[in-house]
Amino acid sequence: MRTTVPVLIAFISGIVLVVSFFFRKGTWLGDLEQEFTVWLTIVGGFTLLLGVVSITRVNWTAVKRKKEGWKYKILTLIAIFAMAIPSVLSPDWSPLFGRAEGSIYDWLFQYQMSPMMATMFATLAFYIASAAFRAFRARSLEATLLLVTATLIMLWRIPMGEWFLNLFPGDIPYLLNTYIMGGINMAVQRGIIIGAALGAASMSLRIILGIERTYMGKG
Amino acid sequence: MQNLTKQLKTTVLYGIILQKILTSSAFAQTNDSIFRVDRINALILVVVFSTTILLYTRWARQGKPLFLRKIPGLDAVEEAVGRATEMGRPVLFVPGIAELDEIETIAGISILGRVAKITAQYETPLNVPVRYPLVLAAGQEVVEQAYIEAGKKDLYDKDTVRYVAGEQFAFTATVNGYMMRERPATNIYMGAFFAESLLLAETGNAAGSIQIAGTARPEQLPFFIAACDYTLMGEELYAASAYLSKEPVMTGGLKGQDFIKILITICILLGVILVMFGFGKEFISLFQSV
Repeated sequence: MRTTVPVLIAFISGIVLVVSFFFRKGTWLGDLEQEFTVWLTIVGGFTLLLGVVSITRVNWTAVKRKKEGWKYKILTLIAIFAMAIPSVLSPDWSPLFGRAEGSIYDWLFQYQMSPMMATMFATLAFYIASAAFRAFRARSLEATLLLVTATLIMLWRIPMGEWFLNLFPGDIPYLLNTYIMGGINMAVQRGIIIGAALGAASMSLRIILGIERTYMGKG
Repeated sequence: MQNLTKQLKTTVLYGIILQKILTSSAFAQTNDSIFRVDRINALILVVVFSTTILLYTRWARQGKPLFLRKIPGLDAVEEAVGRATEMGRPVLFVPGIAELDEIETIAGISILGRVAKITAQYETPLNVPVRYPLVLAAGQEVVEQAYIEAGKKDLYDKDTVRYVAGEQFAFTATVNGYMMRERPATNIYMGAFFAESLLLAETGNAAGSIQIAGTARPEQLPFFIAACDYTLMGEELYAASAYLSKEPVMTGGLKGQDFIKILITICILLGVILVMFGFGKEFISLFQSV
């Protein structure tokens, strides 16, 4: 029963979505795709509670057992509830509730979360530099080719580098764009995309037909 | 080979018959037609693809030996978990940061089951941070089942798979912090990754972990290749569950997929030749959809 029902649901959902693709929007069959997406959102909404329970349990256990860094876990718990509770309370009670401008949620989002996320994203520049340093070592012919190509592409992608490349005859930026980015790079990317798309379709088919059940821990 | 040619002919014949039926007067495209005749090429592809996969699956079920090329990244999984066991450190598994409706996440969850079985057998701690509650539910189910199958139910901890954050960079910060504090011996990233791919992989590299990554996103692959020891590219991610299970029925699907790849390559070559000689327009229109 624990296997049959999920396989049956996967089969029906998969077939309905495939069939729906071939029918016009506005018809019963054509609109089923949209209907199923709504169901997914509803199911996803219910499972949000699972997430809250999980994060609270993990952090609360760490605080209770005074594990290393337990003080930070208290901060995490405070942050979760300080952001969640005022956002679900009615703004009619106080302008600090709800999610409108000026609310606690808005303030925390604008002045705490956004800058922190932007900071995390910005650190990517340093990570790229360290990864590039390791990847672009000219240890072999292939690595040297990679180094030369990457250097030219990086130069081309910045205004000063493009100006520098234009000092040489032969329109190097055009050649880079046409042969490296539009030629070799595009061909490889498309090869990977075609392979991945076929892999995804094959796996979907295996799931729809119940051949693959590993996503349920079976098989 | 003869059998294959016969099956191919049958598949193509079915495709042509289907196309004739659907383009006949009964299904002709009018403004009030409910069927998308403009998507008939996609339908033919679906039929040909499904038939091929099912045929190969059937042959595999009948016991026909099917060759699968080696995927070093997957062969290294057991070795990587073994390393973690020897070092007495945990294994970190990240099933991507996308929702469960992404096929890459499902592929990641499938691989998680295999990895969990190995960690259960070796009694090595496993940590699986997730970004979505639906992935949490699926991950917990898969890991619990793996521990049961390994006969180590008592070792299963419900918080092995845990929800850490819904925001992309909050999730990344949590996982990176975990890597630097706990220094897991093995990090496995399988699923859909975006800008955080390099943040995770570089941190893991700095923490001295052996790293295996897999994603179908071509734009993230260079980052994983630069920072990880093994990388599964594109289709290898979807092949992983079949490859690790070694079940003939599942490997049959992979062979069918290879066959379709050959067909697509032939179509591309044919298209290039036809375009070169000025006959490409009609051929290209066969593959265009609205």
